[in-house]
Amino acid sequence: MRRRQFLVLSAASIGGVLVYSLDRQAFRLAAEDKSLRIPLRFFTQDEAMIVAAACSRIFPSDESGPGAREAGVIVYIDRQLAGPYGRDRYRYTTGPFEEGVPEQGYQDQANPRQTYRDGLKNLAGFDRLSPAEQDEALTKIEETHFFRLLRGHTIEGMFCDPIHGGNADMIGWQLIGYPGPRMSNLKDVDQHFGEAFRPKPASLQNIFGKDTKLSPSEDEK
Amino acid sequence: MKTLPRTDVVIIGGGWTGLLMAKELGARTHLSVVVLERGAPREAHGYLTDMDELDYAIRLRMMQDPSLETVTLRHHSKQRALPIRQFASFLPGTGTGGAGEHWQGWCPRFSPDSFELRTRTLEKYGAQRVPEGYDLHDWGVTYDELEPYYTRAENLIGVSGKAGNLKGKISPGGDPFEGPRSAEYPTPPMKMPHLAEMFRAAAQSLGLHPYPLPAATISTAYTNPDGVHRLGCAYCGFCERFGCMIGSKAQPTNTLLPVIARQKNVSVRSRSSVRRILHDRSGKQPHARGVVYVDDAGQEVFQPADLVVLSSWTLNNTRLLLLSEIGQPYDPVTGRGTLGRSLTHQVSFNAAVAFFDKPLNRFMGAGASGILLSDFDADNFDHEKLAFLRGGKFEVVASGARPIASFGAVPGSVKARWGSEWKKAALRYYDQNGAIFFSGEHLANRSNFMDLDPTYKDHLGDPLLRFTLNWYDNERRMAEFSGPKGLEMARAMGATDTLPFGGLQNYDATRYQSTHIQGGTMMGASPEESVLNPWLQHWDVPNLFVLGASSFPQNPSGNPTLTILAQTYRTADAIVERYLKKPGPLAG
Repeated sequence: MRRRQFLVLSAASIGGVLVYSLDRQAFRLAAEDKSLRIPLRFFTQDEAMIVAAACSRIFPSDESGPGAREAGVIVYIDRQLAGPYGRDRYRYTTGPFEEGVPEQGYQDQANPRQTYRDGLKNLAGFDRLSPAEQDEALTKIEETHFFRLLRGHTIEGMFCDPIHGGNADMIGWQLIGYPGPRMSNLKDVDQHFGEAFRPKPASLQNIFGKDTKLSPSEDEK
Repeated sequence: MKTLPRTDVVIIGGGWTGLLMAKELGARTHLSVVVLERGAPREAHGYLTDMDELDYAIRLRMMQDPSLETVTLRHHSKQRALPIRQFASFLPGTGTGGAGEHWQGWCPRFSPDSFELRTRTLEKYGAQRVPEGYDLHDWGVTYDELEPYYTRAENLIGVSGKAGNLKGKISPGGDPFEGPRSAEYPTPPMKMPHLAEMFRAAAQSLGLHPYPLPAATISTAYTNPDGVHRLGCAYCGFCERFGCMIGSKAQPTNTLLPVIARQKNVSVRSRSSVRRILHDRSGKQPHARGVVYVDDAGQEVFQPADLVVLSSWTLNNTRLLLLSEIGQPYDPVTGRGTLGRSLTHQVSFNAAVAFFDKPLNRFMGAGASGILLSDFDADNFDHEKLAFLRGGKFEVVASGARPIASFGAVPGSVKARWGSEWKKAALRYYDQNGAIFFSGEHLANRSNFMDLDPTYKDHLGDPLLRFTLNWYDNERRMAEFSGPKGLEMARAMGATDTLPFGGLQNYDATRYQSTHIQGGTMMGASPEESVLNPWLQHWDVPNLFVLGASSFPQNPSGNPTLTILAQTYRTADAIVERYLKKPGPLAG
């Protein structure tokens, strides 16, 4: 077994992340002194720092609002890669593997874990570059499968239900005015024309309570 | 191999068609009926906590698991077919209820002339107007013959809508182009979210004829003729790719299973995957003897049966007949053989994305709360100066925008796809955009067909189904025509900016289009042209019936489920009223 890895972030860079343990207990990682220690399931700390930095360039925290850093996108991606999705449990992975045309879809053998590991080899030291240098490095790889995954996962981590580790405190939903899975919009669906109707967001666990059995895919065997 | 006790009827597949047939036979006969469903069991009340976009809409939790079985794709016969390793352009279902659990609930009837496409087109335009490479087909059943069954299917579901043609009388607010209906819709139209109302007003201002989308996500509580009660829709926006949390969207589990559960002569076996239909060719008339399937313990067993109903969706209907060597596979070079021919999808895309200066509250809606128009569908408009046949429907549906899939739509003027510039534009327009969707007819092209793949296998070692599929002139020209129409409608809706459609290139397995795959076991009036007769009975094997959109000779623009249900009712009548009294061919 590998040594347990933690992502250590400066408390100044992040307000506190809501994460879920393996038994689905939500807990907030409060700042201990001046840093946060987030347990990692897949990445090493060095890898996590690079991926977190790249996600922050894809979905930056800027004057238009918070981004991948505050939403804990890195926590989301780490859990997805550790789970069945990361090892391609639900992809047809029987060979032969042949090069096709783009419209036949992704044909390579590499699963998402391998794609990240390979992709990160080209981004060594990325987290220590300036933002402009980081953008330049990402522009060089933006046509790769790795970057397409990274961009897609960043959006997923911004806007998934918080039970998956991203969208911490529903910060992504608040950013776009999405209320989460509301059980009924019957009274409002044909009202509020032309004006923003923004009910207070609620997540699956807010709605159904902590004791309801929810089984996010990343926890499957 | 173990042989199980004989059953009167074995039904392969527990989705809409298989369970509807089981319910009808269970209620109207004393036959013993066994339904074999390859996937896991499901029940109507199993969806309450499932409003999770990531696992359901993105990771596709309800769909067929491609690691077990998928299809391969090539654009033409000279290309190497490769497996579609993750489903995207269409999403086959699995488990009890099949794709009928995670459908969107659109319930249009087909245009009357689409059932007589060949005859009507040749009469009006002559053979020289049929584009090169295409075959037009009649179905062997007419709209008038199917109409009573359409009504039964609408009553089963409780479809919400507004008649446009009631017994020949055109009524405002409905679809003036529809065929005559014998009855009004069972429930009134759904509430319309802002985006849909904007489209209705815009279409009217252009002199077009918008009408509410006929919806299986019903507008109000309804009790169907079987006594099944369902609630009205709550507009939560979790329809397509989800099971309905409150059961207002008609699904096999909430509409058919409650009846089947009371029928002592019907049993449903899940995790039972059929590999072959066994048949005997030695007698004068070939007949099916039963099916071989892998049961929930992983054992291969033989289930003998007097009557076999194949109702396992287009892909598996075609593949099981190919694997079982029933019928003659289609050969695109000679044009001989019928099994696997006429593979069609649907010409579906966003004709335009419109951007607005006001919020739309798009999180509210339902899979089928929308407005559509048929002015450019079928042969409802003048084709004299156009270089294509037929057409499609324009639709604006507020189906409940979910953030992962919806975030990132930006006008064509924004080139960035990540970073601050993109983020700002995407935030600005997140709740201020809407798509004008086009779903057009896909005519059968002689180059598009299904057969068995020579290389790739499923988890049991059987060959995968192979698609040879691409877009040709008729679809491309139809797209060139409908893109600008979509932009015109977007501007009439008050769009401040737009994203036009980029045109149809090669068939793209990575872009979601619709889960409407048709053909392979087409129906028709002659065994030389088709696999099934007009009662969906196999021409060569009379105790084998095949249900579902695999019977469609071509795609007629609209969504297929309602027509599939109507046809299943008609076949159930034919089995109960004619076949059981005198087993044998019903046509010939």
